[in-house]
Amino acid sequence: MKALLEIEHLTVKFATPKGWLTAISDVSLTMKPGETVCLVGESGSGKTITSKSVMRLIDYENGVIAGGEMKLNGVDLVRAPQKSMRTLRGKKMAMVFQEPMSAFDPVFTIGSQIIEVIVGHKMSNREKASERAVDLLRRVGIPEPELRMKQYPGELSGGMLQRAMIAMALACGPELLIADEPTTALDMTIQAQILQLLQELKSEFNMSILLITHDMGIAAEMADRIIVMYAGQVVEQATAVQLFEQPHHPYTQGLLRSVTTLDSDRGSKLFSIDGSIPNLFELPTGCRFHPRCPHATEKCVKESPPLLNVNDRLAACWYAEDIAEAELWLNPRTEGPVLSEKLIVRETSEAEPQIADHLFEIEGLKKYYPLGKSILSRHSSSIRAVDDVSFQIRKGETFGLVGESGSGKSTLGRVIMQLEKATAGKVSFAGQQLTDMKPSLLHEKRKEMQMIFQDPFGSMNPRWRVGDIIGEPLSIHTSLSAAEKKSRIEELLHVVGLNPSWHERFPHEFSGGQRQRIGIARAIALNPSFVLADEAVSALDVSVQAQIVNLMQELQQNLGLTYLFIAHGLHVVRHISNRIGVMYLGKLVEIADSEELFTHPSHHYTRALIASIPWPDPSRKRELTAISGEIPSPASPPSGCRFHTRCPAATVLCKNEQPELVEVEREHWVACHYPA
Amino acid sequence: MKETAVAKTAWPRTRAWRQSAPRTAKLNVSNLLVYAAGFVVIFIVLCALMPGQIAPYSPTEMVMTDIMLPPSLTHFFGTDYYGRDVFSVVVYGSRDSLLIGLASVIIGGLLGASIGALSGFLGGIFDTIIMGFIEVLMTIPGILFALAIAAAMGPSLFNVVLAVALSAVPGYARVFRGQIISVKGRPFITAARSVGAGNLRIFFRHVLPNAWSPLLVMATIGLGTSILIGSGLSFLGLGVIKEIPDWGTLLSQGRGYLTVAWWMSTFPGLAITMLVLSVNLMGDKLRDHIDPKKSRF
Amino acid sequence: MLKTISIRLFTSLLVILGSLVLVFVIVYLLPGDPVLSMVDPSTVTPEVLASLRAQLGVDRPLYEQFGSYVSKALQGDFGKSIVNDEPVLPKIITHLPATLALTAASCFIAAVVGIWLGVLSAIHRDRWIDITARVVGLFGISMPTFWSGILLILIFSITLDWFPAMGSEGWKTLVLPAVGLGIVGAGFVVRLVRNSMLEVINEPFIVTLRAKGVAEKLVMYRHALRNALIPALTMIGVLSGELLAGTVVIETVFSRQGIGRVISDALMAKDLPVVQGVVFFSAIMYVIINLIVDLSYRIIDPRVRRSQ
Repeated sequence: MKALLEIEHLTVKFATPKGWLTAISDVSLTMKPGETVCLVGESGSGKTITSKSVMRLIDYENGVIAGGEMKLNGVDLVRAPQKSMRTLRGKKMAMVFQEPMSAFDPVFTIGSQIIEVIVGHKMSNREKASERAVDLLRRVGIPEPELRMKQYPGELSGGMLQRAMIAMALACGPELLIADEPTTALDMTIQAQILQLLQELKSEFNMSILLITHDMGIAAEMADRIIVMYAGQVVEQATAVQLFEQPHHPYTQGLLRSVTTLDSDRGSKLFSIDGSIPNLFELPTGCRFHPRCPHATEKCVKESPPLLNVNDRLAACWYAEDIAEAELWLNPRTEGPVLSEKLIVRETSEAEPQIADHLFEIEGLKKYYPLGKSILSRHSSSIRAVDDVSFQIRKGETFGLVGESGSGKSTLGRVIMQLEKATAGKVSFAGQQLTDMKPSLLHEKRKEMQMIFQDPFGSMNPRWRVGDIIGEPLSIHTSLSAAEKKSRIEELLHVVGLNPSWHERFPHEFSGGQRQRIGIARAIALNPSFVLADEAVSALDVSVQAQIVNLMQELQQNLGLTYLFIAHGLHVVRHISNRIGVMYLGKLVEIADSEELFTHPSHHYTRALIASIPWPDPSRKRELTAISGEIPSPASPPSGCRFHTRCPAATVLCKNEQPELVEVEREHWVACHYPA
Repeated sequence: MKETAVAKTAWPRTRAWRQSAPRTAKLNVSNLLVYAAGFVVIFIVLCALMPGQIAPYSPTEMVMTDIMLPPSLTHFFGTDYYGRDVFSVVVYGSRDSLLIGLASVIIGGLLGASIGALSGFLGGIFDTIIMGFIEVLMTIPGILFALAIAAAMGPSLFNVVLAVALSAVPGYARVFRGQIISVKGRPFITAARSVGAGNLRIFFRHVLPNAWSPLLVMATIGLGTSILIGSGLSFLGLGVIKEIPDWGTLLSQGRGYLTVAWWMSTFPGLAITMLVLSVNLMGDKLRDHIDPKKSRF
Repeated sequence: MLKTISIRLFTSLLVILGSLVLVFVIVYLLPGDPVLSMVDPSTVTPEVLASLRAQLGVDRPLYEQFGSYVSKALQGDFGKSIVNDEPVLPKIITHLPATLALTAASCFIAAVVGIWLGVLSAIHRDRWIDITARVVGLFGISMPTFWSGILLILIFSITLDWFPAMGSEGWKTLVLPAVGLGIVGAGFVVRLVRNSMLEVINEPFIVTLRAKGVAEKLVMYRHALRNALIPALTMIGVLSGELLAGTVVIETVFSRQGIGRVISDALMAKDLPVVQGVVFFSAIMYVIINLIVDLSYRIIDPRVRRSQ
């Protein structure tokens, strides 16, 4: 079949203040009509640049095509002037972006922005275009499309906007749809809905999809073919089944192993690729992956491997054949970085945590934020971020807390830490009430409970040296001398796997994973008994995520830590947690043992969440089961069971009566009238 | 099988090509402007510090035979109605103009920043009241405010400085308050709270070091504004009355002789403009340097 | 929406009241006896001083003075000029049209020149056109108006004789002062619009527009400019306030009979009731302009409108 998109040896450079930056080099790929190709890679791999080069949007970002050929249906995309590119963009090829909230012009209505494409490409007149826009909006599943046409982007939710963005991309019936991380900014259940929609539309509109993602699960669900990119180069290209069955490149193997070992039980170490993604300004010689590759040899350091045809697929590795045939890639690696022995170990005798001991007891906790309180209107409403939540965290365990955005999980964490005042309810820590504690006593208690943040860079004062950042809790709570403090800081750096001499550096000199290690070092500086990890790995790349999870687990074993692990990525939570609580609209709807929750979810929301995880196995490709609808506003939660508006099993009872959290099985609590 | 071989085709000169290439060259132009501005400021500061070394004549020396001579090699800026060398008077006059600008920026900046910092950091009712007051102050534009104060208090150097300083306070307070509030909302403040840092520690070690740099930029540009307002007061006759007039007064005196001796008012005005322009250029450069993402001017 | 308007009106009233207090305080609380600063005590008898004090009301307690000032002010009585016994309010009203015409004309010049240069500057960032526009903008905010006014007179009145150098009759007298004041305003607007445009151009939705195949001209002038001008609109209030204040100087330079001239004359003569009246009057104008700008901003910007 004739190829729709052909890219050969594409090299793109950007003019930056530091000089020319080669963002992608020698990238080749072809797409057939009707095919879904996934471009997979971590940050800095060049997958977005590749897609922007196809659209020639790089021209506006100081980017230049320095070499190679690109053709869409035989039309040269490299030499075409912007004027003729414009007639292709939006008409022959369209693009869907990662952040639907910021991808629309906020001061024009949704309708006018869709009509703009149709009329701009002279597809029809304004009236016809308006009709088509309404049809498209209806097709992508937007209720009341006539009304939405007149609304501004700010009035729609992220999921709705992404649907509208897809409608806009389809407006002129493109042959190629480029979707750049179209679901990354969205919640799990919405992600499943959007992926399902894309699959339906692909055949309906008879187009090819170039899907860019960092999630191997999404690639497995969606792709016919997968192209893996690393540091601006293609390292492997194969059909989805081939790739997952027998990855040929060590990087692909590493990626897949870090994803698949998440299924494994807790306690076992996650596979992780050592080191971090290279900076495009300081690329390694030879094969760009060699510093992180377990199979690297002299040859890899010196010579860059070309993308060669091996066993019916393409791989850029000198030893692709040998590595693939070894078939050892799935065996979990046993050795890991060994922790230092001289670590100040706390409660090492307590290797087996006493399960009955509760470190935290949370009872009827509420956090309301007042809303629209004004002089003129008497009745004040409020956002019920956390609404009557009770649970316990046992000493030495990891309690996972999951839920979509707006579920109130982060607020709950902050209220437990006494960073925000509870509206009502009690939080007791090791038997002591925190909610009405005197500030001076609470200050003492802070030594015992520390926090790791989602955005490691943002959580550090950019003007401080790393040593001072890690040492801040020591300066506040202890009276160590400067020398003692310094040696403790160096020790902590060593413990989290960083070079102790780096304490003089500033946060901006580190990579994302290294910064999170610094954040962890700060959190354990005072030997706390409890650490709250609020989305601590969500912002990190897959290969680095595993490193951090491993580090956290090691520290837990050696220091006897108790974790409250808040995340929206279910995989990671499952791996790290002993028990998991599921939150929906400020309520805990299910609490159970980690394995129990995943194997026998009881609440329909939990079931929906689990069903919406893309499975990293193309052979197990199934119909994506997405629950309909979106999470309602916490300012006016639905009556009765808050999930009833989206629940497949809802009845009148659910609408009228709020279910209590009851124990359906030993240690398995569910708040549902009709638990599955 | 595919081998690495970059096609050697002749590349068309696309728009992108033209856009990126001369970028460095253009940056040099604005750098040049900043260097020029630096020289102007240094020269004027030198004039203020040691006018005797720079001015060719005494500013008070009246030569009745050399009345209203046009600019020439002996008198760069010409002579005035009293036969004084305009260049020398301008050199000597720099001291008051600079002094008024600097002193009022320092006083107004410190006062405004303190109010803004307290208001922004403490928040609540205190913030509401202070900001209400600032809002009221803002209703009277700077120069009018300064005029009213200067008129009420009478002409003296201190009063002029105070008038100009007070007129700038609301602006500084508002900007610094906003800055403090935005730093207060950043995650590392929550991080500091979570390790148990107290309010004082958070304010002085975390918030302040991350908030003051925009204030520095504002003060630099505010210096220009203060010099303008200060000379405006002098121009209207509310400034300092001294034997050696400052630039605003000088300009005002020369205005009566516009038809016969344009240089008398033109050169003092040029001096003001060059000083303020240079200060503003440097302020913009400073802003680019501190906040390169939002490269303004 | 109605609620927002009423809240906004209420706070505006509070602010006006506040500025009334402020004006009163500035004039009466600062050091110096207002009467002594009006006349030379060595030339007049104590009786004259006492009667002057009584006329101004400064012999009464402060709160009484303030109370009577406010109650009179609310009835439109701002007192009488000390110099010629003329009532303050009619004096302001007669001189107002000349000043309003000047402010409006300079505002217009500032907006047209400023937006035009600002957009060009942002679109051609770091090119010659940008550097020129930036330098022009900087000159605008760096030149004292009394100097640029004098230069304008020198060139266009004295040398070329195109426009009159002084007076307030007819449109010809308006041109030079409006240009002089407009240059300052344009300087502010260029900088404002350029910054605003540069911020908008970096927004992700601009990439979407290009990916849709929208022509670059439309991307800039239809989408980017519209987004950039909405925040710039809030500055109109501040700008018109500054321009109104700028008339004090420029009307003196061009000997225009406006309220700017009235106040600078009153300041010279220590004619406090007039000073008070004019300052308070300009504060009211400032509040009203800002109120209008704020409310229209809420109507124009869908982002603000939604959050209500």
